[in-house]
Amino acid sequence: MANFGFSIKKTRSIQLNEASLAKFRQAVEAVPSYKNCIGCGGCTATCSARQFTDFNIRKVHFSLRRGQYENVAQELQKCMLCGKCTLICPRGVNLRSLIINMRQIIANANEPFEDGKF
Amino acid sequence: MENFNPFVLPFVLGAFALLGICVYKYVRWIRQFDRAQQKVFYKNLFTGKFIPAIWEMFTECLLHLRITKKNWRLGYMHRSIAFGWFLLIFVGAIESRIGTKDHFHFWVAIFYRFFHHTPPANGTEIFFTNLMDLLLLYVLSGVFLALVKKIRSRILGMQRATKHSLMDKIIRYSLWGIFPLRLLSESVTACIYGNGGFLTQTIGNWFSLPVAQFLELPFWSLYSIDLCLFFVLLPFTRYMHIFTEIFLIYFRRMGVKEHTRMTGFTKFELSACSRCGMCIDHCPLYKDLDIPEVQSVYLLRNLRNLEYHKDIVTAAKNCLMCNRCVEDCPVNIDLMNIRRIARDKGKIDMPDSYSYLKNVSAFNAIGRVAYFGGCMSHLTPGITQSMESIFKAVGQDYWYMDELKTICCGRPLLQQGFNSQAAELRLKNTELIRKSGATALITSCPICYKSFKDEYQLPIPVYHHTEYLNMLIESGKLKVSKSDLKVTYHDPCELGRGRHIYQEPRKVLQAVATLLKISDEKENSLCCGMNLGNTVLTLEQQTTIRDNTLACLNEPNPDVIATACPMCKRAFQHGTNANVKDIAEIVADNLEK
Repeated sequence: MANFGFSIKKTRSIQLNEASLAKFRQAVEAVPSYKNCIGCGGCTATCSARQFTDFNIRKVHFSLRRGQYENVAQELQKCMLCGKCTLICPRGVNLRSLIINMRQIIANANEPFEDGKF
Repeated sequence: MENFNPFVLPFVLGAFALLGICVYKYVRWIRQFDRAQQKVFYKNLFTGKFIPAIWEMFTECLLHLRITKKNWRLGYMHRSIAFGWFLLIFVGAIESRIGTKDHFHFWVAIFYRFFHHTPPANGTEIFFTNLMDLLLLYVLSGVFLALVKKIRSRILGMQRATKHSLMDKIIRYSLWGIFPLRLLSESVTACIYGNGGFLTQTIGNWFSLPVAQFLELPFWSLYSIDLCLFFVLLPFTRYMHIFTEIFLIYFRRMGVKEHTRMTGFTKFELSACSRCGMCIDHCPLYKDLDIPEVQSVYLLRNLRNLEYHKDIVTAAKNCLMCNRCVEDCPVNIDLMNIRRIARDKGKIDMPDSYSYLKNVSAFNAIGRVAYFGGCMSHLTPGITQSMESIFKAVGQDYWYMDELKTICCGRPLLQQGFNSQAAELRLKNTELIRKSGATALITSCPICYKSFKDEYQLPIPVYHHTEYLNMLIESGKLKVSKSDLKVTYHDPCELGRGRHIYQEPRKVLQAVATLLKISDEKENSLCCGMNLGNTVLTLEQQTTIRDNTLACLNEPNPDVIATACPMCKRAFQHGTNANVKDIAEIVADNLEK
């Protein structure tokens, strides 16, 4: 490609074949109903946290699907775990469980009682 | 040496070992109390609170009244072994004090017949000898029932008994062995010396003298060894509950409560569990889904026994937190708090998670009541609309706190073990409510209600809307007309078992409709299956629980199934052809124009 000495924007392409999907797979394994997600965004529409901030659970889970794990932990922390998303999900995805599990998987943190240290 | 025989040694050593280990454990646990718990304990130590404590110790540790109230057969079994054995020791001690003047050799009270050969001569002696036989028979009847329960627990009214570990099984057989061995030992002695009562003498007379003389010492030795085995194993098995429950009742009466993390008090609670398994039968996860080893008895076992530590989290996670086991537990252990402790999220429970809420400012609501619909009410707008129309009908100024934006009450986080995140939300909500100047808080969601009542320290009264409606109707402010609807009422877990609000919703319903009786109500109410306590169940499993509950609610053919919880309403409305309505909606429909 000819070099014009300037460019319009940095590329936004996502290299799916280079992305590590290990953590996404772990999440699917922990919450099998995650597979059913059709990405309708109902969860985001009803989200209590969403009313105050730009927290978008649908966006978060798409980042996870593409192996983009940056910022996911900070985003998920905004969730108040009220459970509306789980109740309205038309595909029966257990979103509360998914959020807790994603947070654990990304932080690489076991529950204290799992480690036997208490 | 008088009043001594080498066979008493196992018993004496076992008794001292038991005393030593128990004192060591209890002192250690008390030192592990949280500072706040210690403060409460020492503050109340020398107040009058110990009198009801001692009474409760007597009625619960010996008479087992709470079990008896739930199931008299089990109550009889426990009482006969506990109270019967206590009386055997107590009356035995009195008898031996009267019979011998030897106060130093305390084992004489246990092995009295062996050391005191003269047949009962006067009235007192005959009375005591026969009383001791009667008591032994009483205990043996309990042991027999325990044996029946082992073979067929259904006969004693239990669907399923707890699965026990090896140690628990060994000590159980040693306990069952104690009393038949005592009977045999006393019988052979009675055969030789004729010093038995109506039971031991009768059985003793079946033996021939040389056989009895040959068997006497072996039987007494076995009895002593069995006692020793029981004493030594006791501190490491479920039978530790015998002594721990006494302490637990005392601490509880002194006002000590469970902390958010594992403390010495938790260890008292864990050890006070007798693994009776009464929490299993009614657990929705067992009853409807047959999920094993997640019920409270197993969670407590996993927390207590090292070999089960690996299963703690699996058991802790899978629970609806419907409070049914708390209602069933005869020891009144704080099972929900222990479960929350085991669910602790540790590293991912981050403080300062909700900095985005800091710009939310309070509304000036002086002179108004605050109305908190709760997150779930946003999915069932019928409830909030009805509440608003009722507020308008009685001319009550109100502030709909979360009309547009809801800050969660924090209980869902707390139930999953996010203690500091939940505290952050509580802090924010408390600030908003305090600054608003509202005179009362009314909520439509039992989850929020439970949280506001138990976890918040609000300066204003908190009502669930059923309580509020009942007040309005009783004071005549709200005029309603009775319709010809037939309704059944579903007690939401958090409102019913959680806060013991049973009467108010029923009174409100009776004012506007005809309330039908159902089989499982009030304390025995079934869970709707969608409770926020669980994150493990699949939708299909939750639906199974819901359908069983609906079957119970639909049984008397109601026109409307009434509930007082937006989540229960949400759960039910898609599972049945019957109309599902919240109490507020039924009241709003029947306002007198």
